[in-house]
Amino acid sequence: MRLLQIELYKLWHNTISKVLIFGYFLLILSISILSTIKIDLGPVKFYLAEQGIFNFPYIWHFNTFMIALLKIFFATIIVAMVGNEYSHKTLKQNLIDGLSKSEFLRSKVYAILLFVLTSTFLVFIVSLILGGIYSDYNEMAIIFKDLEYLVAYSIKLFGFFTFCLFLTILIKKAAFSLGFLFLWQVIEGICYGLMKWKLSDIIPQLSAEQVFVFFPLNAIGNLIKEPFSRLSAFQNIADQIGDGFTKNYDVSLISILIVLVWSFIFIRGSYILLKRRDL
Amino acid sequence: MGFFKNSVLTFNVFKGILARDRKLIIPNVKLLVTNKVSNRFNFMQITTPLLELNNLTKKYSSLIAVNSISLKLIKGKVYGLLGPNGSGKSTTLGMVLNVINPTSGDFKWYGGKLTTHQALQKIGAIIERPNFYPYMTAKQNLILICKIKQCSVASIKEQLQLVGLWDRRDSKFNTFSLGMKQRLAIAAALVNKPELLILDEPTNGLDPEGILQIRKLIKKIAGLGTTILLASHLLDEVEKVCTDVIVLKDGVKYYEGPVNEMSQSYGYFEIASESEKTLLTFLEKHPCIGEIQKVNNFLKATLIDIIDTEEFFKESQKAGLNLSHFSKKKPSLEERFLSLTQINKNETPTD
Repeated sequence: MRLLQIELYKLWHNTISKVLIFGYFLLILSISILSTIKIDLGPVKFYLAEQGIFNFPYIWHFNTFMIALLKIFFATIIVAMVGNEYSHKTLKQNLIDGLSKSEFLRSKVYAILLFVLTSTFLVFIVSLILGGIYSDYNEMAIIFKDLEYLVAYSIKLFGFFTFCLFLTILIKKAAFSLGFLFLWQVIEGICYGLMKWKLSDIIPQLSAEQVFVFFPLNAIGNLIKEPFSRLSAFQNIADQIGDGFTKNYDVSLISILIVLVWSFIFIRGSYILLKRRDL
Repeated sequence: MGFFKNSVLTFNVFKGILARDRKLIIPNVKLLVTNKVSNRFNFMQITTPLLELNNLTKKYSSLIAVNSISLKLIKGKVYGLLGPNGSGKSTTLGMVLNVINPTSGDFKWYGGKLTTHQALQKIGAIIERPNFYPYMTAKQNLILICKIKQCSVASIKEQLQLVGLWDRRDSKFNTFSLGMKQRLAIAAALVNKPELLILDEPTNGLDPEGILQIRKLIKKIAGLGTTILLASHLLDEVEKVCTDVIVLKDGVKYYEGPVNEMSQSYGYFEIASESEKTLLTFLEKHPCIGEIQKVNNFLKATLIDIIDTEEFFKESQKAGLNLSHFSKKKPSLEERFLSLTQINKNETPTD
């Protein structure tokens, strides 16, 4: 609790991070604005809220997926709150003042946890309200079906933020670690391409997809699969083309496990870096 | 009784091996054998040092920044850690302050009773440059430090007043001048009423007025009975403030002891006579004279004991000497420092 207090105190007195944090949570709330999108062009009428995206239980899938896209926005806060400790040399000062290295790291992880939980809670509330207004189904059993998407959402965020934490501790510069994050995304893409091209030649038993699920960013992305092709509108089109469309949208336990293992590696790795390095 | 003593002895030896610290336990064994058990306990209690370094070493690839330094800091003294730039002062402090990992050797805070970070919460330390959160005000920064050190925020006002920053308490840190930042750092180091204050080059980069202010502050704090370890390359600074001095050069400890012993020793005579030979034999026989050197037209005779100058003069006359020049001098700390580090440099094996 003391560690969380310390971290929040640091963030609270920084105007920029304060604005960003509130901005992020406001953005989550503002997804409700989506519901007001109405396109009326004479013959073409489009009312987003009536496309069924706010139907229970689909809304859990749709909202967690959409709002999770905002995580990159919050990642800048994580990266800044760690990077600043290096650039202001306050990490050194904190240690000298009697914070242990593990306490320092824990204060960051606790803050991340708090933000993840707050964010998850907000998604829950927003979805509940939107669903309550627009959903065609209002039975309790349906409303609270598929809540595993919320679990997946929180783990997705936690995994992503711990990755940011690790990168920033590794690189020590806020801006560079964000750059590296994008670079990593590209690297994963290239690796996937390479594996698709060559892997089956080298090890015939393995497909590129089987290996790719273990890559951190891909694993984080896999937690919640894109919800669009699940929409009735989309399904209708697919049916018309005659392409029977089946895809498993469930949150798989395996991908949750993979991300949790990565989170552990990132936190542990951060600690080892902190421990080993001289300041 | 004999059996009992023996069992204590073996137990201690055993414990010593377990603790991988045979050095510490050997004197204990001796004391036990000579039946001075109670003495041993007194000894332990009185001299439990605030900080103890054992062969602390830091290597950077080819460079040995700190070479096997052992030290003990006793409560109530003002220590000066003296050495030119790059002599390993900051590295030594960095290691005991948990920001640099030692290559070998170890250190103990409070006789090993506290972990490093627990001990650091009880002390105060300033390293080369003051590091604070630039977007926070002076007061906010100090409150944060209190949270980290788990101490009361009650003394923030007192400390800010002490360093003369109370009026600027609500100004952001990044609006401060270097002198003010340095003074805020001192206030921050004092905010938990520390038992030990570690200051690394606290006057570095300050203007003369700032230096004066900081020195006054240090004296004031020392006067309150706080143990201080002051690292500096400025000799007069150490001479003015410290009771004990530790001299470092190239990562090696050259001297450790009271500052007046180092700066004064017993002084030396500058002495000359028409018949140099007689003078030389007279000096060589004299019990208070140590090393004799020829400097320009004088002989420089280093004193190794307290001496009555008048008595010495009379003795020389009795010996039939006619002194053409005679004066007693004390070397400055600077001379002593140079001679210490230079003499020893030749003696230190280069390994």
